[in-house]
Amino acid sequence: MTSAASTATGRPATSAMVRRLPEYLMIWVPLLLSAAHLISFSIWTIWISFTPSTLVPVAGWVGLRNYNAVLASRNWQIAFDNLLLFGIAFVLLSLTTGLLLAILLDQRIRGENVLRTIFLYPLAVSFVVTGTVWSWLLNPGIGIEKLVHDLGWTTFHFDWLVNRDMAIWTIVIAAIWQSSGFAMALFLAGLRSVDSDIIKAAQIDGAGPIRTYWRVILPTLWPITITVVVVQLQFAISAFDLVRALTNGGPGIATQLPALVVYDLMFQRSQLGRGAAAAVLMLLILLAVLLPYAAWRYVRGRQAAHA
Amino acid sequence: MAALSIRSLSKRYANLEVLKGIDLDIESGEFTVLVGPSGCGKSTLLNIVAGLDRASDGTIEIGGRNVNDVLPKDRDIAMVFQSYALYPSMTVRQNITFGMECRHVPKAEQEKAVANVAKLLQIEPLLGRKPAQLSGGQRQRVAMGRALVRDPLLFLFDEPLSNLDAKLRVEMRMEIKRLHQRIGATIVYVTHDQIEAMTMATRIAVMHQGRVQQFADPDTVYRYPANLFVARFMGSPPMNTMPARLEADSSGPVVVIGAGRPDEVRLHLQGYDAAASYIGREVVLGIRPECIAEGERVFSAAAGPPVIVTAPVELVEPTGAETIVLLRLGGEPAQARISPDIRPTPGTSAAFALDTRRICLFDPETERLIA
Repeated sequence: MTSAASTATGRPATSAMVRRLPEYLMIWVPLLLSAAHLISFSIWTIWISFTPSTLVPVAGWVGLRNYNAVLASRNWQIAFDNLLLFGIAFVLLSLTTGLLLAILLDQRIRGENVLRTIFLYPLAVSFVVTGTVWSWLLNPGIGIEKLVHDLGWTTFHFDWLVNRDMAIWTIVIAAIWQSSGFAMALFLAGLRSVDSDIIKAAQIDGAGPIRTYWRVILPTLWPITITVVVVQLQFAISAFDLVRALTNGGPGIATQLPALVVYDLMFQRSQLGRGAAAAVLMLLILLAVLLPYAAWRYVRGRQAAHA
Repeated sequence: MAALSIRSLSKRYANLEVLKGIDLDIESGEFTVLVGPSGCGKSTLLNIVAGLDRASDGTIEIGGRNVNDVLPKDRDIAMVFQSYALYPSMTVRQNITFGMECRHVPKAEQEKAVANVAKLLQIEPLLGRKPAQLSGGQRQRVAMGRALVRDPLLFLFDEPLSNLDAKLRVEMRMEIKRLHQRIGATIVYVTHDQIEAMTMATRIAVMHQGRVQQFADPDTVYRYPANLFVARFMGSPPMNTMPARLEADSSGPVVVIGAGRPDEVRLHLQGYDAAASYIGREVVLGIRPECIAEGERVFSAAAGPPVIVTAPVELVEPTGAETIVLLRLGGEPAQARISPDIRPTPGTSAAFALDTRRICLFDPETERLIA
C-alpha cells in the first residue's frame, strides 16, 4: 500500500518519509539492537550447549551430552521439582491474594488510595532487597521467632528458612509479598471497568454480593487473570535474585531453582557447556508458557476483529 | 389500585438537592413516562423507586406496600437499563433465568417461562448466544425478556432506546407500546426524548430542576402546558413564545403582539375567560408552529373565518413532509408549519392563517399557564 501511494504521488511520499525519520530512528534502532542482542546471544548460548566448553567457549560437537548430564544431575532434578511447586503455589496464592485485596478495595472504602499504594509498593523494591529483608525476618535468631520469644512465648517455633522441607515456602511468601500488589492493581482495574448497571441488574435480580461476584463480575476477569498468570509464571521460571538473596538455594540445595543451577554451573563450576544446556532448558520451559499465551492472544484478536 | 405512589419525596447529595418534593400516583396498567432534560432528576427518581438509591425524605409505595426499607429484589419490580446491562459471561438463556435462579424457582418452571418470553419477543434463535454476539436491537430485546420473565408489579425502563440508531429506535418504540397494550403491564419509563414520551405514554410527568412540572395525559401536556418550561420542552419544533399585551375591545379580549409598532398583530380571543384579570397587562403568548399555516388553510370548518396575518418571511426550511417557515409576528420571531408544496420567498411578506383557538397565555412572572 505504501509503495502504491509513493509511486502515485512521488515527491510528497518521500518528504513524508524524511519528516518522520526521527520517529523511525527512535523506534527501529533500539528495537533492532535489542532484538539482535536477544537473538544473537540466544543462538550463541544454544550453540555453546552443544560444545564441550568448560572455562572458556571452545568449538566442537558433543551432541546432547551436556543436556543428558544436566537432566541426570540431582541439582537440576531438585531445581525442577522446586520450580513446579514454587510456580504453582506462587501463582495461585498471589492470584488469590491479589484478587481478594482487589475485591476488598472495590467496596468503596475510605483511604483506598493510600491502601492501594501500600499494596503496590513492594513492586518498587528490588528482588534483592525483598530477599534480604525477608531473610532477616524469617531468620529464627533475629526475626519473627526471636520477637515472639522476647514477648514471652518461648515455645514458639518458626524455622522454615532453615528447614529443608519448608524453606521453599519462604520463597513463596516473599514472592507473594512482592507481587500480589501487581495482581491486585490489574484485578482492581478490571473490577472497576465492569458496567455499574450490570451490578444494579444483579441486585434487582436478587443476587447477593457473593453470587454477584462469582457469577457476574469474576467471569469478566478471565482475560486479566490469564495475563497475570503468564506474567507471574514468567517471573517464577526465571526467579534468581530473590532466591539468591533469601536462601541462596539452601539449606543445602533444598531451594535450588533452574536459574541458580545455571549460575552455579557457568560461573562457579566453570562448566559453560552444561550451564548453557540448563539455560536452554529454562528457555524451553518459558516457551511452553508463552507460546500458548501468544496463540490465545492471536485467536482472541481474530475473534475481536470479526465481532 | 395505585401501582406506585410517591409522597413528598426528596433527594439531597451533600448541598445539592436533586429531587424536591415529588408526588406521583401511578395507576395499575398505566404507561407513565418521566421526561425532562438531562440533570432534571428523572433517573435518580427511577433508581430510588427501584431501591438502588435511597430517598432523603418521603415515602414510596408499590402495590400499596411501603417499600422505603425493602431491598430491590423484594420490591416486585423489573428494570431495563440504557446500557442493557446484560451479564456478558452468560448466554441469553442464562441472562433471562438468572433472576429465577436467585429466587430458587424450579428448573421446569424456568424452562417454561423462558420459552414463553422468547416466543413473545421472538428471540428463540438467540437463546444460546452470548450478549457480545448480538446486535443492539437484539440486546434490547433480551434485556426486555429478562424483565418480562419476572412478571412484576412494576416495570422500570431507564432510557432503553437511547443507544439504538434512529430507525431501530422507532421500531422498538412501537414494539414496546404494542407489548404494553398486549400484556397490560404497569410501566414507568424514563427518557429525555419528548417524542418517545408523546407517542408511548398514557400519562407524562415532565420533570425539570428536581420537580414534576406537569403530570397529565399527552394531549393535555401538549395542548395545555402547565408552564413555559413544559411549553418549550414538549413538541418539535417547540411552541413559539413571545411577549404580548392583553387588551379588550367590544368583542372581548384581544392579545397584541408588538403593541405600538406599525406592524403590531392583534388577535381576538374567544373562550379565554380565565384571562380576564390580565386585561391591560403583559402576558407571554404561546402558539404551536402547526397553528400558523399558509393563508389558504382552514383549521376547522366550525371555527368560522380564519384569522389571516401578513408577516415577513425570514427563512424557509423544506423538510419534505412540510415546510418550516421562520417569520416575524409583530417583530417577534415565530416558526410556522405550512404545506410542503408552498415555498414563500425569504425577504418578502406572505399571508398566514392563525388558529387562535389554540393560543396559550402565560403569566410572565410565574411562567404559569393562565388560559
